[in-house]
Amino acid sequence: MGLGAWLTTDTPRSRFQARMGQTYNGWRDLVRNPLAMLGLAIIVALVLMAALAPWVATHDPIVQTLKDRLLPPGAGGHPLGTDELGRDIYSRIVYGARITLYIVGIVAVTAPVFGLVVGTAAGYFGGWVDTVLMRLTDIFLAFPRLILALAFVAALGAGVGNAILAIALTAWPPYARVARAETLTVRNADYIAAARLQGAGATRIILGHVMPMCLSSVIVRVTLDMAGIILTAAGLGFLGLGAQPPLPEWGTMISAGRKFLLDHWWVATMPGLAIFVVSLGFNLLGDGLRDALDPRSAPR
Amino acid sequence: MRAAAEEKARTGEAPPAEALHRGGPGGGFVLPAVRGVAAGRVIGFAKGLGGTAVSLAVTFLGLLLITFVIGRVIPIDPVLAIIGERATAAQYDAARASLGLDRPLYVQFGLYVWDVLRGDFGTSLLTARPVAEDVARVFPATLELATVATLIGVALGVPAGVVAAVHQGRWQDQTIRFLGLLGYSMPVFWLGLIGLLVFYGKLGWIGGPGRLDTSYEFVYDLDVPARTGAILLDSALAGAWDIFRNALSHIVLPASVLGYYSLAYISRMTRSFMLEQLSQDYVTTARVKGVPERRVVWVHALGNVLVPLITVVALSYAYLLEGSVLTETVFAWPGLGLYITNALFSADMAAVLGGTVVVGLVFIGLNLLSDLLYRLVDPRAR
Repeated sequence: MGLGAWLTTDTPRSRFQARMGQTYNGWRDLVRNPLAMLGLAIIVALVLMAALAPWVATHDPIVQTLKDRLLPPGAGGHPLGTDELGRDIYSRIVYGARITLYIVGIVAVTAPVFGLVVGTAAGYFGGWVDTVLMRLTDIFLAFPRLILALAFVAALGAGVGNAILAIALTAWPPYARVARAETLTVRNADYIAAARLQGAGATRIILGHVMPMCLSSVIVRVTLDMAGIILTAAGLGFLGLGAQPPLPEWGTMISAGRKFLLDHWWVATMPGLAIFVVSLGFNLLGDGLRDALDPRSAPR
Repeated sequence: MRAAAEEKARTGEAPPAEALHRGGPGGGFVLPAVRGVAAGRVIGFAKGLGGTAVSLAVTFLGLLLITFVIGRVIPIDPVLAIIGERATAAQYDAARASLGLDRPLYVQFGLYVWDVLRGDFGTSLLTARPVAEDVARVFPATLELATVATLIGVALGVPAGVVAAVHQGRWQDQTIRFLGLLGYSMPVFWLGLIGLLVFYGKLGWIGGPGRLDTSYEFVYDLDVPARTGAILLDSALAGAWDIFRNALSHIVLPASVLGYYSLAYISRMTRSFMLEQLSQDYVTTARVKGVPERRVVWVHALGNVLVPLITVVALSYAYLLEGSVLTETVFAWPGLGLYITNALFSADMAAVLGGTVVVGLVFIGLNLLSDLLYRLVDPRAR
């Protein structure tokens, strides 16, 4: 039996085979969507760029060469020009991908996990636990995200670590809501009752039987959220509250290039293009994933 | 940002329904069935209001708790900031007591809530004026910007959403969807900078940063009575059309940049609401009756979409307040966002937290407003 037949069989013999088959079907849906594939390509390129930065970059991102300051794109071996301190903008963007991925990666792991725990606990236990946890979630949702992050960073001090903390603190509530909604739909299912009758405790049921059911919607939400995280991080950087110079963070670079906008347009424009392309990539992939994994929003 | 907004929009119907259940049996049970309809509607509405009011109060307290905690974790000692480093221990303790910092935390929090309820947000270090006064002065500018942006978003977003739904899956739909995704993906401050570069720097079509040209600012301050604080409205009311034109040339770019975001969100939501309506039986009935397709789409279906759209528009309005922080920084627009960021750089925590509370309040208020409108307009939500 070939791999294709093994994946697409109607009668899977093991749980592993069934799961692989499902993944394969979702993947085929996704591949058929050219925009989602474009998004995936952008993200793969970003990851490669960050991983291979020393080889992809042409210059050192930090070292200043004042005689080469504010060179236009293409001049003197600088494909995207140089900034006000003579640093190669292309190389800074390449290294900046590491900072962006670092921020997005940490937020995308911590916030959903926290939201998942809060949401499943609220949905599974119900009653006052639900009321308290969901009220807490609503309070955090009642704040505009960027402003709350601003206030946090203002209190904690500027820097990448604090920016990550602030973004994660403001990013978890939507996950809690999604997880709670999913939990409510499976809470009274027979298989949960069966697990309970076999003596499984609440922790075991939530971790082993409820959370896996929430994963697909949470993953879609994470992908769609990535763009928002990138934009918030860049916004904090732009305001001078994220990564500090000389770190090549994209938002910080735009903020620095702002002073030279009218005469040296490339300094602010290029890092902005990088932010735009990357968050577009995440948005395209997230949209495609939602269509592939969530039958409710698939085109009818 | 978008995720949270969609989440709220999707679950927008839930809170009123829950609130009604908690309020016990609706008014219809109490009153005789004959006149129960109208009266029951009013009572059910009032009970829903009661539930909403309680949850609002809790949210409000939680919001204050967050800003309170933020205000307490700052590494700046508020006492030292006032008396300086050379004060004696006795002076330090006296100043600490006068600020109420020697009391238990819950008492401090109670005092803080009481201050905020009286409209006292403390004094700004930067302007040496009460924060509440400062906020009242800068807020109209933000409101004006957000309103014009929302108008742009609604005027373009609703038709775009309808067109996308009618042509579902075809190139019109794909184009609108892609344009929306572009909007979601662009950093708002970057789009603003590029706009300034092209339309102000290169083409000279629009006014630059700020709300007015400097020459007009004096005329505005002297000649135009500040009725609303919104320059467009005030100058129109006073008949000062040259100021109006100048203000328009300044607001058009920042409002368009912000409006693009609300356009992306509104068109997406309109599309999904329209798809839902277009698959309903009454649409088929209308078509079978021979109602022209244009009327079916733009009158029958869109009429029913307007109700859930209220929530969406209110939410996008609230999120524009957030976007305004970055936009105002780029366009030197003297609103609440610029006030908060300026305060941030001078470690003026009273102003930062006061501004944050006000934005949170407006956020809650807009949610409440959309909730109320929704319940008034849609009989099923009562």
